[in-house]
Amino acid sequence: MMRLTTKQGSRRGKASLEDKLFKYSVMSVAALVLAMLWSLVVKLVFDAQTSIETFGIDFITSTVWDPNRDLYTALPFIFGTLMTSAVAIAIGVPISIGIAIYLSELAPAWIREPLSFMIELLAAVPSVIYGLWAIYILRPILTGSVEPFLMNVLGWTPFFEGAAFGIDKLAAGIILAVMIIPTVASVSKESMMAVPDSQREAALSLGATRYESTRMAVLSYSRSGIFGAVILGLGRAVGETMAVTMTIGNANIISWSLLDPGQTMASVIANNWGEADGLMLSSLIEIGVVLFVVALLINVCARLMVGRVMKAVPMTGGGL
Amino acid sequence: MRGYKSRKWKNRIASLLALGCVLVALVPLVSILIEVVSRGGPAIDWTFLTERTKSSGATDSGIGNAILGSLLLVMWASLIGLPFGILTGVYVSEYGDNWFGRTVRFFSDILANFPSVVIGLFAYSLIVTVIGFSMISGAFALAIIMIPIVANTTEDALRMVPNSLREASLALGVPRWRTVLKVIISNGRSGLVTGALLAIARVAGETAPLILTSFGNNFWETGLTEPVAALPLVIFRNAMSPYADLQEQAWGAALVLITMVLFLNIVVRLLTRKRMKRFKAVKKTWKERLSPSV
Repeated sequence: MMRLTTKQGSRRGKASLEDKLFKYSVMSVAALVLAMLWSLVVKLVFDAQTSIETFGIDFITSTVWDPNRDLYTALPFIFGTLMTSAVAIAIGVPISIGIAIYLSELAPAWIREPLSFMIELLAAVPSVIYGLWAIYILRPILTGSVEPFLMNVLGWTPFFEGAAFGIDKLAAGIILAVMIIPTVASVSKESMMAVPDSQREAALSLGATRYESTRMAVLSYSRSGIFGAVILGLGRAVGETMAVTMTIGNANIISWSLLDPGQTMASVIANNWGEADGLMLSSLIEIGVVLFVVALLINVCARLMVGRVMKAVPMTGGGL
Repeated sequence: MRGYKSRKWKNRIASLLALGCVLVALVPLVSILIEVVSRGGPAIDWTFLTERTKSSGATDSGIGNAILGSLLLVMWASLIGLPFGILTGVYVSEYGDNWFGRTVRFFSDILANFPSVVIGLFAYSLIVTVIGFSMISGAFALAIIMIPIVANTTEDALRMVPNSLREASLALGVPRWRTVLKVIISNGRSGLVTGALLAIARVAGETAPLILTSFGNNFWETGLTEPVAALPLVIFRNAMSPYADLQEQAWGAALVLITMVLFLNIVVRLLTRKRMKRFKAVKKTWKERLSPSV
């Protein structure tokens, strides 16, 4: 009895050997995951060394991509990534916020869950199937009506010059918008539902309509969460590869027109992979490093902003 | 104050707009499902599912090798990724209440939303540069994508195990490691299964990392160090090809892939709902039995 108590007592003070062993072996696995992330950075920077040394800072400020002269710089792709992401945000975010408002404020209880599930299923569709759909279904719609219309109405701006071809930055931006909707909508919905009911009730009891209570009480309260959701969506749009590769037209040029083809950082990697070697390969990896840094910054921002709401991100998304 | 009537109208219009947003977002989903079924359906028959991929013009072309390749890739990726993911989740949930645990969780969250093409690049420079385009490099990339998903869902599942169970087990003198293994993990089991299925559904459709690593193959290849075919790769290459018969095969492969992925997602959904209900029930009975005053 005596010994049992001492043993029990020792467990209270410090863990037994087995306990320590178990704890530290589980911990070392977790440490290994961190180490892997770290080695990912180191290894990629190491492999990009040739390109970093050859082009230096020109890599992100110069616009040449010419395999014949063995000159590779990334600005056209950074530009393409910015353009397509901007289109995705401009189209996707308002729709996502509308969805979030409907699901958290307006929808009758019985339809809330099935509708949320269907929105999340959008994230489950593999990226390559979005690309397939965009080529054969979206493209005819774009060339047939949307792009001629945009050229007629907005052709005087630099953004809608050129021909209605349907494989261009606009197509990539639209497909990205569809793909970021589940992320932005789910995280926004989560942060709207976290608004205490007392806020809504206060507004409603003062005679506000649903719309006014949503605008004044809910949206202002959950503003930072929604902003974080948008940043998360941006992260998805920046890193998305397959659907963009299949729709953007793969032209290594800088053009302000959304109706011109282009290339993003992710798509240039996927497109040139099989045939790249030497300096070109190293340059592609450096583009990967740039993409890594951008995605890291975006995701850290989003994580700091929305915190654990990030759990609401539908993780079923295919083929980022 | 503006008139009540105009405010009421504003309210109505805003509500309709919000509903409209939901409907607009569902258009692509419904359209994709309809098109994949109607265009992919006619492509599917026994030959299609059992023959290997061939170039345009062959009448007995299929996607059997791609289905097999995808299954093998996912299997190897799970063998690598699931243990790592689950143990990381166990650490964060059971021992992670310190700076290190929070760091792991932070980076795990970030890795979960990371561009998969960058992970593909990593697998390329780590493995492909040594042994060439290969199944193992693809499986490695997919495993890295799985780890944060599994770790996060495991952590969530274990956190949902009521503390009273931990306390009961420790109070009975069971050491902590046995409590974790026997009580906590077995109670969070269905959550772990859910996480694993979710991760599998996610990587089954991954394409970009496979382009950089396992590359694709027209033959029945199952070796770990050889390039291997995969469904997403077949869809990608055939969709971009100018030949109508290859394009039709892309739709057929898309139907097979989307059926697998959606099936897994629906199973996950059903499991999650069941689990939520069960834990709500547990919570209630414990509350009622032990602390009626709370």
